[in-house]
Amino acid sequence: MSKYKEKAFTTITYTAALFTIVVLFALIYGLFREGLPLFKQVSLTEFIFGSGWYPTNAEPEFGAWTFIIGSFCVTIGALIIGIPLGLGSAIFISEIAGNRLKEIVKPVIELLAGIPSVVYGLFGMSAIAPLIRNWLNLDTGLNIFTASVILGLMIVPIIASMSEDALTNVPKSIREAALALGSTKMECIFRVIIPAAQRGIVGSILLGLGRAIGETMVVLMVAGGSAQIPKSIFASVRPLTSTIAAEMGETVMGSLHYQALYALAILLFVITFVINLITELFIAKRDKQ
Amino acid sequence: MKNRKVLNFCGNGFLSILVVITILALCIFLVRIFSLGGKVLSWEFLFTAPRNCMQEGGIFPALAGTFWLTVISICIVIPLGILTAIFLTNYGKPKWLLKVVQIAIDTLAGTPSIIFGLFGMAVFVNLLAMNVSLISGALTLAILALPLFINSCIEAIKSVPFDFYEASLALGATKRQTITKIVIPTALPNILTGIIVCIGRVAGETAPIMFTAATFYTRRLPEGLKDEVMALPYHIYALMTEGTRPETQVPIAYGTAVVLLLLVLGVSAAAVIIRSSIRRKRKW
Amino acid sequence: MKTNNYLVTLIIMLLATFSLNATKGNQITCTGSTTVLPIAQATAEAFMNSHPDINISVRGGGSGVGVAALQNGTTDICNSSRPLKSKEISAAKAKGINPVAYTIANDAISIIVHQSNPLKDISIQQIKDIYTGKIKNWKVLGGPNLPIVVISRDVSSGTYEVFNEKVLAGAKVEGSAQLLASNNAVLSSVSNTPGAIGYVGLGYVNESVKLISINKIIPSEATVKNGSYMLSRKLYMYTNGKAKGDVANYLGFIQSEKGQQIVQEQGFINIK
Repeated sequence: MSKYKEKAFTTITYTAALFTIVVLFALIYGLFREGLPLFKQVSLTEFIFGSGWYPTNAEPEFGAWTFIIGSFCVTIGALIIGIPLGLGSAIFISEIAGNRLKEIVKPVIELLAGIPSVVYGLFGMSAIAPLIRNWLNLDTGLNIFTASVILGLMIVPIIASMSEDALTNVPKSIREAALALGSTKMECIFRVIIPAAQRGIVGSILLGLGRAIGETMVVLMVAGGSAQIPKSIFASVRPLTSTIAAEMGETVMGSLHYQALYALAILLFVITFVINLITELFIAKRDKQ
Repeated sequence: MKNRKVLNFCGNGFLSILVVITILALCIFLVRIFSLGGKVLSWEFLFTAPRNCMQEGGIFPALAGTFWLTVISICIVIPLGILTAIFLTNYGKPKWLLKVVQIAIDTLAGTPSIIFGLFGMAVFVNLLAMNVSLISGALTLAILALPLFINSCIEAIKSVPFDFYEASLALGATKRQTITKIVIPTALPNILTGIIVCIGRVAGETAPIMFTAATFYTRRLPEGLKDEVMALPYHIYALMTEGTRPETQVPIAYGTAVVLLLLVLGVSAAAVIIRSSIRRKRKW
Repeated sequence: MKTNNYLVTLIIMLLATFSLNATKGNQITCTGSTTVLPIAQATAEAFMNSHPDINISVRGGGSGVGVAALQNGTTDICNSSRPLKSKEISAAKAKGINPVAYTIANDAISIIVHQSNPLKDISIQQIKDIYTGKIKNWKVLGGPNLPIVVISRDVSSGTYEVFNEKVLAGAKVEGSAQLLASNNAVLSSVSNTPGAIGYVGLGYVNESVKLISINKIIPSEATVKNGSYMLSRKLYMYTNGKAKGDVANYLGFIQSEKGQQIVQEQGFINIK
């Protein structure tokens, strides 16, 4: 009797595990099935490098280049803001802060991680954007700069927590050796500890990058929405995620526009998949060490 | 030597400034949201439906919508997550299957939320003709939360000391009995933390529900799985981008944000408290 | 043991959810145009006040969203600020959906600029030139030396479609134009940006922006009804087949005197 119970239990766990594989394949299959037909009518190069996105015109154009550039700009901007703040906080927590300070700063950063993206978007749209517009006398506060600031703030906890883990895992002996040889604290940190922890730090940055590229609500509300190649950091852009979210509801199943949006989703999926793969390889290497 | 001391001092100062900026940013953020949103909060705000074109009344339908979306999706995720985690930690033969499942989980975990929304719309709303409804949204959210929960469960199960396994098997229990009666109950508090973290994540997501479950305005609470629901995060987005009377609606958006933040942060705080109380109680 | 408990709780919960279904009244879903949204919401509220057992769920997203939902069969009523295109009607019929139009209001697409802009009047050709990028600075039109910030709507907008048809005649909007998601977004953008120009439904125009006349004609009830304002249009609600039951009651309410009063309160023009 119990043999059957054993078998049954094993079967249930295997089924559950298979389910996750099924979900992933359903996702990939669904995306590709709905999006690939676009390429019967639009060539791949036209899609990736074309800069006109006019899906509802009599002669529709489907060029995703402006969106790719938009995603790229906003992500780089977010990293420019997020890396110093995140890494700085991580170094501070692991090397400089005393225990009491650690108890304050660490939960604060974890708090940042829990804030839903739409609330960041709300803040960016109604508080930061008008501020930046007035300060710098711009046409609009909804642009790459504002989006980078908000996105950067969003990825700080990701970079901070993983980097902090990496830094604390550096063996005490290395630290003590450097200090014993007469280095100052800062020299110790920047010349010894950070290089030792570099795998984890780079891993955290890649994670933050993946998050920034895939973020939807913040860029939808804050990046502006112009489908153009930006000429300055104060220009409006429309990243891939914004376009998909903005136009998703209006497509009829099976229409060319519908297929184009799925093609965009395929593009986005491939990009994030590659970034995740690279991140995995990095982290795996570190574990092997 | 002096030069290096100066550099040391500058370095310290620089790092401190960075941390201060981060914390300051968070404080400004919270202060702004709570001050603008706090003005709107009241008993009425929490427990009545919107009135007069969303200018008065409250967000009760949105609270109910978020509640049901979260509860249903978490209920779907819990058994799947625990069982998959059990597979990954205890069974895991053949090896290639293990690898594939892990790749699947990691890929899903890194997928942008909008892609889940697109998938949900194509499959649940259109293909399976479930329409924009509570169940479509909950299923989409469940797929999003699954990889996160599985990872939490794996950590939870791994934290059970190996001695427990050995002792149980030595006493004659089968693998199944060991897992279901010893390992899972021991890992339960950590699994609970994982559930709570997922709840916080799911309640705050907007992109997956935008076209699978959420609606701009409805008066009634969801009464069945096929109803459209209002949801807190979508409400914020809709008021800010489609609201028709911004002077009165922007404060309501902030109020909704406050409620959502309190919910999510309260849930995170609960997770931290549970985690530390477990650590204290544990005798190993 | 714990698993058993858990399963039992789950089943009870799901049963409870389904049983609540038994007390459910009737549900009407209404999706689409952000221009029609204030009318839909206000009339839905009034209708629900007098018919407490009916629940109306209103969603925006743009006319395109409504049309797609109608074709996909996921909504009862499609709010649209433009008539359905013949392509859309035939695609719908191919899916077994028969769109029937109900006119619920008259509207004027109003051209708005920032409060500080001295411009008072404009021609259709000038609007077209601005939106296609031929005119880039306000000084060309006699205004200050300020670059024009072009604000438009995204592709799901019915307002954009009508604008495109009547002003642009299919020409492409220039690349640096901001494509916003709703009338309200355009309104707030224009009111905050000194060099901006945009277009919204008449019901959205308020004191935060300046309304411009087209060929000296200002959008109003009179000029829309006699056709002298060039960007007049009707607002529609489409259903699948002729409306029946509660949906018919709701549409009838909107087209009745009481409903039309609400239309006017929202700043639009009634259908008489």
